[in-house]
Amino acid sequence: MRKEIKFSGFGGQGIVLMGNIAARASAIYDGKNAIFTPSYGPEARGGAASSNVVISDDEIDYPYVTEPDVLVAMSQEAYEKYAPMLKDGGLLIIDEDLVKLKNGEGKVAKVPATKIAESLGKRIVANIVMLGFFTAVTKLISYEAIKKAVLESVPPKFKELNEEALDKGYERGKKVKDGKNGKMA
Amino acid sequence: MIKFYSGNIACAEGAIAAGCRFFAGYPITPSTEIAEHMALRLPQVGGIFIQMEDELASMAAILGASWGGMKAMTATSGPGLSLMQENIGLGAMTETPCVVVDVQRAGPSTGMPTLIGQADVMQARWGSHGDYEIIALSPSSPQECFDLTIKSFNLAEEYRVPVILLMDESVSHMSEKVIIPPKEKIKIVERKKPKVKPSEYLPFKADDYVPPMACAGEGYAVHVTGLTHDEKGYPQATSPEVQEKLVRRLCDKIRKNERKLRDIEEFEMEDAKLAIVSFGTTARSCKAAVKRARKRGYKVGLIRLRTIWPFADEYFEKIANEIKQFVVVEVNYGQIKLEVERCVGKKVHLLPKMGGEIHKPEEIYKKIKEVYNGN
Repeated sequence: MRKEIKFSGFGGQGIVLMGNIAARASAIYDGKNAIFTPSYGPEARGGAASSNVVISDDEIDYPYVTEPDVLVAMSQEAYEKYAPMLKDGGLLIIDEDLVKLKNGEGKVAKVPATKIAESLGKRIVANIVMLGFFTAVTKLISYEAIKKAVLESVPPKFKELNEEALDKGYERGKKVKDGKNGKMA
Repeated sequence: MIKFYSGNIACAEGAIAAGCRFFAGYPITPSTEIAEHMALRLPQVGGIFIQMEDELASMAAILGASWGGMKAMTATSGPGLSLMQENIGLGAMTETPCVVVDVQRAGPSTGMPTLIGQADVMQARWGSHGDYEIIALSPSSPQECFDLTIKSFNLAEEYRVPVILLMDESVSHMSEKVIIPPKEKIKIVERKKPKVKPSEYLPFKADDYVPPMACAGEGYAVHVTGLTHDEKGYPQATSPEVQEKLVRRLCDKIRKNERKLRDIEEFEMEDAKLAIVSFGTTARSCKAAVKRARKRGYKVGLIRLRTIWPFADEYFEKIANEIKQFVVVEVNYGQIKLEVERCVGKKVHLLPKMGGEIHKPEEIYKKIKEVYNGN
């Protein structure tokens, strides 16, 4: 099954890295086919940034994301820009402190990724918290795979911090998935 | 070893694996990551990286490096390829092995720097003046960026000709699994060296189209000139006979080896009545469209060109009768379409895009239906 994922936010949040890690985790460690394409253009210098991942058990022909099954939005602007692309019945994942939902949403999963990252002392790992959350909620990538891909992407002295960030996000995601803490609306 | 590389990084790694130890270039989107990665990797393997003042100098530098005995490469995009043309011609005339990577963006001129084009097909072939033939290859995935970069070096060495790797922005920036074979499994070709004594060596005497090549510092006389030259390498700029012999050989060494150089991927072609012809990233969309059409009973296949130049004339002439209709899908206004038409001798359909994006499978599928049903 072909699954399309769009990660989005503003420049500086590590949105491009998220897509790269997710696709690499799937391709190398889950043994699936995966393609990563960054949004590439002058607009990447400010405003909404995005990166795109296609995951499939079969050969991936067309490499781009046109109708995401999952949209991860970490800024209001990105949410407003990309939410209309979301596939019918697709899942929207947001940083609940950064995105204010408008009416008429379908499936939504919320996480205070940036707040969790701040509680760990580094706001910069919000993207990794989000990746953990994304992994638990969507199950498109295995936990082991995403962990390996995250840890090989960060400098040695930040491994612990990133692992913690990933786990916090993942735990939160599991709870949401199980409906124990905040439900998928 | 399995890596997760973008096309640009895969290309640079392919170059290193092929034995490239010299890179001269001038950064240009969307090829810049190739230069960036070569700047990182070449010092690690004892190679040389130079950022030149422009593309003219970059091309000149890799020709010089090649005559110094190195495998050399440059990488650019359309506007840079235009600037390299004079020295690409010099490379063809002096039979200098080298690889020129052109990551195509939409043109003409500066066009759309960050977005795909596939319109340098003709510039790759005859962008320089005079008669010559060149080799151009086109990858559809990061894996092929790796594989075909190695192949480009091998062909450059074997045929003593600049080889142009026609990548495109899409394949250059997408990341995908790339399998790197162990070193001993990678086929590497080195240029033929003279077997005779230096006193008997004629640097441009070819027994089988391609003369053995001695480089500077190897004890042989090295004459390199863009002027029409005889077998000694001496200028003979007023002799039509020497010109006749030389230019004929420069062209024939590629033309007569077309079958050997041919590299085509056929998909679902066994019983196809309609054939899609495409190359580069666009061919991936075509494959998706062919799969969709097959599910609905259309006898459709895909011909994907990995070797663009020399063009597979004989291949298309042969299948011209079996295939009722041809549809060429390309991100330009019909450059390959005219080539196919020339070979098959009948009207060929075109689904072009002027650049900035590749075709979506739906668009191609729609065209297949239209043409197939004769609408």
